[in-house]
Amino acid sequence: MSTVVDTHHEHDDHHDHKPTGIKRWLFTTNHKDIGSLYLLFSFLMFFAGGTMALVIRAELFQPGMQIVDPHFFNQMTTMHGLIMVFGAVMPAFTGLANWMIPMMIGAPDMALPRMNNWSFWILPFAFIIMLSSMLMPGGGPAFGWTFYAPLSTTYSTDSTALFVFAIHIMGISSIMGAINVIVTIMNMRAPGMTYMRMPLFVWTWFITAFLLIAVMPVLAGVVTMVLTDKYFATSFFDAAGGGDPVLFQHLFWFFGHPEVYIMILPSFGIVSAIIPAFARKPLFGYASMVYATAAIAGLSFLVWAHHMFTTGMPVFASLFFMYMTMLIAVPTGVKIFNWVSTMWRGSMTFEPPMLFALAFVILFTIGGFSGIMLAITPVDFQYHDTYFVVAHFHYVLVSGAVFSIMAAAYYWLPKWSGFMPDEGLAKLHFWCSVISVNILFFPMHFVGLAGMPRRIPDYALQFADINAIVSVGAFLFGFSQLIFLAVVVKCMAKKGQAAVAKPWEGAEGLEWDVPSPAPYHTFDTPPKIEAPIR
Amino acid sequence: MSSENTQHEKYYVPDSSIWPLIGAIALGLIAFGAAHYIIEWSNEEAGFGHWVLLAGIVVLVVMLIGWFRDQINESHQGLYSEQMGRSYRQGMSWFIFSEVMFFLAFFGALFYTRMIAVPWLGGASNNAMTGEVLWPAFEAIWPLTTTPDGRETQAMGWGLPFINTLILVTSSVTLHFAHHGLEHGKRGALKLWLALTIVLGLIFLSMQMYEYVHAYRDLGLTMQSGIYGNTFFLLTGFHGMHVTLGALMLIVMFFRVLKGHFNKENQFAFEASVWYWHFVDVVWILLFVFVYII
Repeated sequence: MSTVVDTHHEHDDHHDHKPTGIKRWLFTTNHKDIGSLYLLFSFLMFFAGGTMALVIRAELFQPGMQIVDPHFFNQMTTMHGLIMVFGAVMPAFTGLANWMIPMMIGAPDMALPRMNNWSFWILPFAFIIMLSSMLMPGGGPAFGWTFYAPLSTTYSTDSTALFVFAIHIMGISSIMGAINVIVTIMNMRAPGMTYMRMPLFVWTWFITAFLLIAVMPVLAGVVTMVLTDKYFATSFFDAAGGGDPVLFQHLFWFFGHPEVYIMILPSFGIVSAIIPAFARKPLFGYASMVYATAAIAGLSFLVWAHHMFTTGMPVFASLFFMYMTMLIAVPTGVKIFNWVSTMWRGSMTFEPPMLFALAFVILFTIGGFSGIMLAITPVDFQYHDTYFVVAHFHYVLVSGAVFSIMAAAYYWLPKWSGFMPDEGLAKLHFWCSVISVNILFFPMHFVGLAGMPRRIPDYALQFADINAIVSVGAFLFGFSQLIFLAVVVKCMAKKGQAAVAKPWEGAEGLEWDVPSPAPYHTFDTPPKIEAPIR
Repeated sequence: MSSENTQHEKYYVPDSSIWPLIGAIALGLIAFGAAHYIIEWSNEEAGFGHWVLLAGIVVLVVMLIGWFRDQINESHQGLYSEQMGRSYRQGMSWFIFSEVMFFLAFFGALFYTRMIAVPWLGGASNNAMTGEVLWPAFEAIWPLTTTPDGRETQAMGWGLPFINTLILVTSSVTLHFAHHGLEHGKRGALKLWLALTIVLGLIFLSMQMYEYVHAYRDLGLTMQSGIYGNTFFLLTGFHGMHVTLGALMLIVMFFRVLKGHFNKENQFAFEASVWYWHFVDVVWILLFVFVYII
């Protein structure tokens, strides 16, 4: 269905000279190189954050204190969250955006190629600074990734300033990355690539970039207030000086709630590319997908206080935030309905990307349902700060966001590397992951409802059996990811079956019109798009 | 939406550049140095933090000079296109939007404190017992001249800030005249109005500094004097930092104008600085209303 004339492939060969050695990666302005850097960095952080999760689960395997002391345990929960959110999931999506958006819209590169490299190279420095804080006297951040005041002000260790400044430069990186994406989409589309012809991955990233630019500065503001409260004796979050610790939570979650959609909207785009490809049918309800994404993003600014039902807000505010939160289920439901309808009577095959996309649809829906349970103010008083919350957000972030990233990796690895991911290993990875992720996170719902709090290194005896099962699931899931590493390394080492330009029969989009691996420069001259690509 | 893209010149993609990496190193050094400096300062111990911070700032300045030099050279070689001009302008607009959201965080803190936190501390809503039990003497007023734990300060008047408002608004007008001069090829008017804008900006900044001295010395209004002083100093302080940055941008533009840069077609850097200046002006007007007057 894609009608592309005049793609000028002969130009690509002509221009396909790339710099060599370390300088290529340090000084690059190429969106594909920078995309690879983001993805590899994110992969590294995924294993670093995962290792910390395993430390947490090892300690929680049995009641009582076995392996680490409580302060170190708190540092592990904090760093695990920060690394997974800011180091693994967000950079992975930015990497995918860098690789795919210019190819999907027929642009020669990102709109601001040098700033693109700046955005990336800030990240390693930010994480070195943040991780280095753990070596300081008194240890690193131990207040949870949400760094609630007064835990992060009155009761935090000396090293908090390192955390604050690491967040600052990470935020600068995110904002620059998002500006680059949004400008690329607005200004670099090939002729005929109208907004309503863009692939949904581009659409979801367009909206995600807007969310990033809108809320990362608020995060910068709130960490600044933490810094001045801790080191300069201000009273933003201190009632004795006229401030309010609850103000912290309002500001943080005004950032934090759009942030969780920043970590899921690109997933929606990925799944909306993969399901039609393997169902061999156009995406059902393209326009409604676009509007649903925009609606979710708009509502994300009006629901932040559903994280704060137990802070003693006025009843009116609680009700407002409860209903707004439930409203989000409507556009999300539209999306799930559209994915299922796309598969309806399609001629489906189940290659690794499709397996992960299907697992995403099912498991993300489970996470969505527990989200609706948490949205109900009166029952949230029971669920708040328990393992039920942990189960909820890991269903949407691990079996949601992370699974979609894996689906994207399997889907586009042929285009990136020129080699097909090893199908046997990939399927083994899928089945190990999908089984272990449920052993890991599903029982958390039960201990949560039974009252086990989050972020504790020790727990009451009645939670012992389920915690043992959860820990076994955690180690199974963690080690399953080594299979994924093996698949990626095999592709990077150029082993296995070579990929053709369009390795997936039903795939649609401009990225499949260029050879695999994609030439260093694509679409030097923009292609002309004359019909929707769906 | 596609009609604007019908004529496609080749979009210039720079080959490779050392500056982004240098910029990342600079930000890394600044973050690491500033954090250690603050930790050492609060513990009253000697350390390396300030040296690392200083090194980071030096590297950042070198990076900015090098990066902008490359860009200006490329522009003069005619490598840029109208499409690229749009990229830059859209990028700058989104950057200013992100700055708006940064200030929103602090305005949000101000509004929340004034409308919710302070009244609740005084017993409003369902908090009658809070005041009775914790701070029976506390009176919920704004400006909050006495904190719940008894720290006292005086409120900042709005006489000097009113003059400052006039100065900053005038500077936006003079800058608009400068831009008008550039658009119509009147280089003399451009230089004159631009120089006047910079002078007004610097007067504004010196008056702000005087106001801070006045606050600390005469009013007892400090960073330590509770939420009124906190919102006052962080809002005006971040605004002052933005005015400083805007003034630096305009000074660079002034020297570039003297060197004969910019014309009607090729003036992105100038335009961006103008937008930025108007943005800090608008923020100030909101500040003047919500921090000083109301």
